[in-house]
This record gives sequence, C-alpha cells and structure tokens, in this order.
Amino acid sequence: MLELENLTTTLGENRFRFSLRADTDQVSAILGKSGSGKSTLLNLIAGFLNAESGTLTWQSQSLLKLAANARPVTTLFQQHNLFLHLTVLQNIGLGINPSLKLTSKDHKHIEQVLKEVGLDGFEHKPADTLSGGEQQRVALARCLLRNQPVLLLDEPFSALDEATRYDMIALTSRVIADRNLCVVLVTHNRDDAQLLNATNYSLTSGELAAEA
Amino acid sequence: MLRTIRRQFYSAALTAMFATPLALFIASPVQASNTLTVYTYDSFTSEWGPGPVIKKAFEETCECTLEFVAVDSSAGILNRVQLEGENTKADVVLGLDYNLMALAEDTGMLAESGANLEKVSLPVDWESTVFVPYDYGHFAFIYNTELMDSPPTSLDELVNAPDDLKIIIQDPRTSTPGLGLMLWVKSVYGDDAAAAWKKLQPKILTVTKGWSEAYFSLFMNGEAPMVLSYDTSPGYHMAVDKTEQYQAAAFDEGHYLQIEVAAMLKSTSNQELAQSFLQFLISEPAQSVLPLTNVMYPSIDIGDALPAEFSKLIKPSVSLLLPTETVRDNRKDWIDEWLESAN
Amino acid sequence: MARVNKTAERWWLPGALALFVLVLLTGLPLVALLFAAGDISAKAVTENAYHQRVIRFSFFQAFLSASLSTLLAIPVARALSQERNFIGRSLIVHLYSMALVIPTLVTISGIVVVYGRTGWLNSVLGSMGIERFSIYGLSGILIAAVFFNMPLASRVFLQALENIPSEQWRLATQLRMNQWAQFRFIEWPAIRKQLVGIFVLVFILCFTSFTIVMTLGGGPRATTIEVAIYQALRFDFDLDTAVALALVQLIACATLLLLSSLLTFSNTIGFAYQEPKSALRSLATHRWINVIIIGLAALFVLLPLAGLLLSAINPETMTVLTHTNTIKAGINTIIVSISASVLAVTMGVGLLISTRHIRIRLHKYRLGEWLQHTGNMILVMPPVVLGTGLFLLLRPFADVFALALVLAVLINSVMALPFVLRILDGPMMQAAQHHDKLIQSLGISGLSRWRWLDWPLLRKPFGYALGVSAALSAGDLSAIALFGSERALTLPLLLYQRMGSYRLYEASVTAALLLLVCLLLFVTLQSLFRHKQHAGT
Repeated sequence: MLELENLTTTLGENRFRFSLRADTDQVSAILGKSGSGKSTLLNLIAGFLNAESGTLTWQSQSLLKLAANARPVTTLFQQHNLFLHLTVLQNIGLGINPSLKLTSKDHKHIEQVLKEVGLDGFEHKPADTLSGGEQQRVALARCLLRNQPVLLLDEPFSALDEATRYDMIALTSRVIADRNLCVVLVTHNRDDAQLLNATNYSLTSGELAAEA
Repeated sequence: MLRTIRRQFYSAALTAMFATPLALFIASPVQASNTLTVYTYDSFTSEWGPGPVIKKAFEETCECTLEFVAVDSSAGILNRVQLEGENTKADVVLGLDYNLMALAEDTGMLAESGANLEKVSLPVDWESTVFVPYDYGHFAFIYNTELMDSPPTSLDELVNAPDDLKIIIQDPRTSTPGLGLMLWVKSVYGDDAAAAWKKLQPKILTVTKGWSEAYFSLFMNGEAPMVLSYDTSPGYHMAVDKTEQYQAAAFDEGHYLQIEVAAMLKSTSNQELAQSFLQFLISEPAQSVLPLTNVMYPSIDIGDALPAEFSKLIKPSVSLLLPTETVRDNRKDWIDEWLESAN
Repeated sequence: MARVNKTAERWWLPGALALFVLVLLTGLPLVALLFAAGDISAKAVTENAYHQRVIRFSFFQAFLSASLSTLLAIPVARALSQERNFIGRSLIVHLYSMALVIPTLVTISGIVVVYGRTGWLNSVLGSMGIERFSIYGLSGILIAAVFFNMPLASRVFLQALENIPSEQWRLATQLRMNQWAQFRFIEWPAIRKQLVGIFVLVFILCFTSFTIVMTLGGGPRATTIEVAIYQALRFDFDLDTAVALALVQLIACATLLLLSSLLTFSNTIGFAYQEPKSALRSLATHRWINVIIIGLAALFVLLPLAGLLLSAINPETMTVLTHTNTIKAGINTIIVSISASVLAVTMGVGLLISTRHIRIRLHKYRLGEWLQHTGNMILVMPPVVLGTGLFLLLRPFADVFALALVLAVLINSVMALPFVLRILDGPMMQAAQHHDKLIQSLGISGLSRWRWLDWPLLRKPFGYALGVSAALSAGDLSAIALFGSERALTLPLLLYQRMGSYRLYEASVTAALLLLVCLLLFVTLQSLFRHKQHAGT
C-alpha cells in the first residue's frame, strides 16, 4: 500500500497537498487539467522533488529520506525514456545496473522481458531505429525488469498514435495484472483510465479528490 | 582498435601536458661550468659580424666555450637582464653604449671589470671601472648617392628639408643608434627638441626596432635615400663591397659620439672567465677584427691594422656627448617627448 | 521552496578542480598586479600625454574597426542570402567560419604580401605613378580588422536573414515591394536585432587585438594599451607603467564585458554553419550587383591567403624549412598547443559537468551560468595583462624566460577556454536536459554516466574543441611575445621576428609553415574522435 498523507510542496505560487492511498494490483488514475500539478505528484513520489511536510510511505516504511534510485518506484515518462544512441539491450541494461555491468543471467532476463512486451530479438537494435510505440515498450520492459512494486506512469500513451496506444494499454494492463503492481497513472484521457480499470482521482487546486 | 589508439593518444597527450613543464625545466641548457654566456645584439653575432671570429679566437686562449646569446635589440640587452633578474643566465653583457652606462649601473647588477684599460684611446677620457669600451663611432646619416645628389649639410637642414625627403631611423627605446639620434637632437636643439622632432616627423618613413632592419632590409633595398647609422658604415662598403655608393652626410653642428661597452654581471658564477674575456675584448686580436666586422673604430690604437679606406671617412668637427648621468636622469622624459611628437 | 534530494554523487568535484586551476591561473596574477599597483602612482602614468593618446587610440581604432566591419558585412550578408545557389557558396561560407583556425599572424603575412610596402598593390600603384600606400599604421590595422571581423559579422547577419519567416517574403511579393522597401521593412529589422550585439563583440575583439597592432601598428602613432604594456616591459623595464596600463586595460575590458552582457544577443554565433531553410525570394537585387559584392568580399579574404602561399615558394624555401630555429620553433609550437588544448578542454569539461548539475538538477540556472562565465576570464584579463601578472608573480622565484613555454601553455589554455565552453555547452546540456529524471531514477552517475551517456554524444564536439584550441594556441603571438626569446621559440614568434626584420622571403615560408601546422593540428585532433561508434561498442 502506497500512502500519502498531506504531502505538501510549493512550486512558485502554487501549493500542493496530496493525500492518497493506492493499493497493489490497483491503478490509481490522476486526472486534471494540464498545469494542475499531476507531474508534481509523480515527482514527489519518485523522489525528484522534496516535500515540505507530510508523509509518504510504502508498506508503512517512509520513503522521504530515500534518493530517487533507492525508492521502490519506477517511472515511465511520456517521452525521452530511452537513450537514443544506445541499443535496446543497453537501455534496458542500465535499468538493471547503472554501470551496465551485466551478468549472463541479466542477459537472460532481458531476453525474457523483451519477449513479454512482444519485442523478441530486438536486443541489438539501436534505440533510434525504433518507432514511438516500440520505444515505449522497451521503456516498459525496463520498468518491469527493475522489479519495483510501484509503477508510475506519466502520460505514457499520449505521444502514441491511436492503434499503438491501444496495443500499449493492453500490454500494460496485462503486465500490471501479472505482477501485482501498484500503479499511479497520470493522464488527461478518461478512456485510458477506464481501459485500465482505474480508480479515478481529480486534481484541483492542488488537492486530490476521489471521483465516484 | 581505433579506440585503443585514441585512448593511447589521450593518455599520451595528458602525459605530455604534465611532463612538458618538467621536461622544459630539465632541458634548459645546463651551464657547463666552463661556458661563458654573453648577451649581445643580433648583428654582433651574425655570420658577417665580429662574433664568430672573436668566439674562435677567445676559445683558443681559454679552455672554455663562449656562448653568444642574441637578444632582440641593443638597448634591449639591459632590459632583458633586468627582466630576468637575479636568475639571469648572462655572465657578460656586450653592446650597451655610453649613454646607457649610468642607467645600467643603477640596476646594481653589474660588477667591476677589473680590466687593465691603459691602452684604451678614445676621443674622450675614460673613467669607468665597470664598463670596458670596445669600439666607438659617431652617429651619422648615411645616404645613397644614387638616390640623392646633395645631402643636407647640417641637422637643421635635415629638419627643415622638404617633406618628400624620406629617412629611416630607429626607436630610441630599443636601439642605441635610436637613442643616440634622440640625444643628438637634444644636444643641438635643447628645449626646442620637441619642435624639431615635429618638423622631422613627416620625413620619417619608418621607425625600426633595431639597426639591421633599418640598414639592411630597408635602406639597402632602396626604400629611402637616408638612414641613421654610423660614420664608419661607408668604410665597410668601400673596403669590402668596393663601392662608394653609400656615403655619410657630414653635419655642421657636429655628430653625436657612441662608445660601445661591455660589462660583467655580479651574479655570474664565472667571474675569472668573464674578466679574462673583457680583457681579451680590448686586446689586439679582438680589436683588429672590429673595423670590418662591427664597422666601428677600435677602442685601442691598432696602427696599420686599421683599413686604409677608413681614412676616407668624414671627420666630425665636434664630438657631441652628454654626460651619462644626465641621460639617466632625463631619458624617460625625453623619450616621452619623442613619443608625443610622433603625431 | 522545493528542493531536490542530495545524491551521493560528487558532482561538484570536476568543477571545483577546474575552478581551482582557473583561479590559480588568473586570480593569483591578478592579486600580484593589484599588489604592485598599490606601490605605484597610477595617476602619473595615466596623466602622461602619450599614454592618454594610447588609451584614446585603443578605443578609437576599435570603434572604427567595428563600425567598418559591421557596416560592410550588411551588403555582403544580403547578397549571400539572395544568391542561394552558386558554385563555391558553401565554400565561402565555410571559409568565413574557418577564421578561428587560421592564425592572425598568417593572414597578416598575407596582407603584407598584398598590401605591404613592396606588395602587389603598391607595385601596381607604383607602375601607375600613384603614391605608395602604407599599410603600417591605422590603415593597416583597419584592413586587418575588417578582414577578420567582417566575415564573422556577415555570418551572423546571414543567419538572421535566412531565419526570416517565409510569410514575410510572400507578403513582400504580394505587396510588390521594391528593393528598398524590402530592405527597409523586412531585412533591416532582422539585421538590426543583431547589430548592437555584433558591434559590441567586434569592438571587444578589436580592442584586445594584440597581434594586429603589434605587426601593423606603425610606431608610437598607432599603439594600443596592450602593445604599450608589452613595450613598457620589453623596452623600458618600466614595471610601473606596465602595471598601471594593465589595470586600465582590465577595467576597460570588464566594463565592455558588462556592457555586452546587458545587451545580450542570442547565441546565433554557432560554430557549425546551418544550411538555410528554404525561403521564397523572388524580388532579388540585380544579380550582377550581388555577384560583384560577393566576389569582392571573397577576393578580399582569399587574396592575402593566396598571396601568402604563392610567395612562400621562393629561393629561400628549403633553407628556411631546414633551419634549426624553424625546426625548434615548430616542435615547440606543436608541444605547446597540444598541451594547452588538453588543459583547456579538461578545464572546460570539468566546469561544464558541475555547472550542468547546478543548472539542471538544482534548478539554479543563474548560478550555474554565472559559474560558467568564469571560463571567460580571458576576456577580462587579456593575454598581455595576464602575462604581466604572471611575471610579477613568478619573477622573484624563477627566471621567467626559462619558463616562457610553460607560461605560454597556461595562458593559451585560458584563452581557449571560452571557445571550449561554447562548443561543448550545447551537447553537454542536451545529453542531460531531456533525460535528467530518467538518469536520476536509474541512479546513473559518475564515471558510468560519463562513459555511457555523455561521452558518446560529446565525442565529436570534444574533438572539435580540442582541434580549435590547439589551432588557436599554435597561431598565438600574444602569450609568447612577452617572454619568448631565442631560448623559447615558437613559430608565431619566429614569424614575427622575421617579419620585423623585413626578411620577407623567410617570413612567407614561416607563415605558410605555421598555417600548415595549425591546419594539421586542427584536422588530426578532430579526426581522432570522429570515427562513428556503433551503438553497440
């Protein structure tokens, strides 16, 4: 269970105060106008921003003092998820070991997870030769390999075209179910949230409110 | 493969960067204890100058190596030694002149020469025990007879000549002839020197850093009909080039005297060697070489060894010379005056 | 205020080191200067009429040069923007951007060959009975200044003109604007935006141009502050004057820099020429006018270079090339320039790594940029001022002349640093900006980050920065002028000496050799880093 209680921060003139309870095997969808602070919420959870006050716990352990890469959290961004000058293997590998020192076991895992996202055999392709959808799938693969219980999705489907988007959502849905992830999804598209059977929250005036 | 090469290159470059200063230190010529380092000006050490001959002759008498270091200009010798300070490599400085003597002495870097100056015979009495005079001459404007029929007969005539008469002179800050001309004008015009320079200005084709550029590169290539040099210069052309094309213009007011000197540095670790060199400088073997290599009168009487052509040279009616202390006290102001008049 | 979690990364280390070295190299000499200044009466120096003239001349020639360069660049840029397609166009434009790599001294040698005392122009004038034109003095300084800065200004204006949105041109066609109206309403506004910035930049460049004034300044009439400092030290051993003038120069440069940063112009002075986006230009000026303008501009730039190369083939060529001094100087030049470039690039990268962290991760953009600006120190302390400070600092301890080459390496590296920063800033920021959160979440840092993320993208600009720094250092006279001697010869110094003794044959050969060395360094260093790396290696 991911719990936020009055997690507060101020950006410029805007004050945010988040309270949320997200369970495993659950997708919490955050909806709201652009600029309403959806990314800020994710940044706080992931550790890219420091909170001023409040609590943030996972399984009752506080995350606030942990650095971003030490938290049990992995993020899929809208864009720039991959390093375009590296191969698929290297991109995913960086998720396992930031110095890219990979064992043969790691290689096997990468092979498997690529199969899982339907990119069998893509290991040595340079990332800049992949299509947008393929890139997001590689990014997803990396997220999976990191084996973190919390998955943050920051509008990961927005940059994709219609067909690819549906494929991606289906894949994500399957993956979430297989691994019992706790997911926080930020999106402006209600349909996406619905397809993922999400619990919706709307973000207004810096605060979260559950929707019916 | 290329990657290894690149890596090797990068580490080589890094090593080079750090090693270079070290290497440069180490590689700086280690002074053999038997090397005498003499700072002088470029034409002295050139192939046709006195340097090579004197070096050979001296090395035969001592068991040593004589190393001439050509500093960029005659007046620059003193500056160079001052810039280098206590750590200077010079044992002897050769090529300053009478005008710079007081200034040079003031630096406190020069030592008594200990030389026997009995044989020295100059147009003036010699009193200094620090400086050894090795040759002398008078400054004079040399003109190209092919470009000019009748040169000015006095400094004043030159100053008031029409502006299309072009002359080449040297910078008084870097060149002893340049300084000499400035003092010449000062001696003749006194407080009116600035006005005289202003009148002279349009006639000056260019001001060079040193004597060689003015004489060889410009004057002898026909750039201008007149150049500031010495009354002895035609002697060389007559004796060696066998031509009377270049002659000196004799000025009514008289000519300014130059006496070239050498001295020893206090900081030298080769005192004995330096002293014997200074003595050698005013001995017959060295002195008899000077007229046709340095193109100046020797500072001792060498009798018949003086080339016959030298008797055809102009004989200045008056030898102008300001006391070296006066020069020391006023040089800066007078140079500023010169600089300001260059309008 | 929201802050970011501290990471264990020692991001500040490279920058701190670089800054330390930089402060050592520039701060200590500055302190030495200030200390020395305390003892002297600066008033006496500045009240001296000659020095006042020097100061006035410094500003005057910079102003004239900048004005001429900027004004002449306008028609050239305009002509180039109108003629999009002709043979050699990209060559000309690239030539203009090569100006960095070709040493000033070399081009001055070329200028002397063409416009000098016994040069082509005067031979022609002489045969026509017209009085000879003297290049030594203000006229020479202006010609050289325009030679170097007009291309720079043209490129900036050209870029501005090419970035005019095509809608404006379509409107012009619709409204049937004539030449003058086009210029007045479309082209001029675009140019005007860049005008002040470029003017100030060129002004600063001309104000601190040591080499041009040293070689073409014709004596006391045409001396700038830096040359006067050099003369005070080398001719007079006048430390008081040197220090006083150095301070004047410092204050002047700092003020100019402040001024230019207030009038910030966009960084359109990229180092790679970007091909123009297509635009519709139907009502072009008569073609032949453009041809003439472009032709003249190109000729102006190419003639001295051609003249130099031609005059380098002469009876003395082999003698000069095999002369001990030439060989000594050549080797010294190569060692010094490689060392200086390595030092400059290392400092630059170190500085950028840390300021990048400050800007991107700590979100302190201003602070990061200001710290990066310390790399532009040389713009405040020009080489001769820096050299004077180093001299004052080191003289009590060592024979400065023996250290000449080392000092040259140090000064040259500081000189190259602004260029290194400009070249590498873009790629370094790019590598990080979009991916910062990803990098944080994956915990990639330190050497791994450099190896996998930064270096692959930086490799090429790195080689370019190295090449430019080395070429700049190889061709530089200002650093070596103060303490170079027969013991420490570099090619520029040797060339300067040979030019000064009017030994023109020898000078031409030396100049051509110097050009060759610069180009070789530039090309070789770049190519070492150019090999396209597979994403897989």
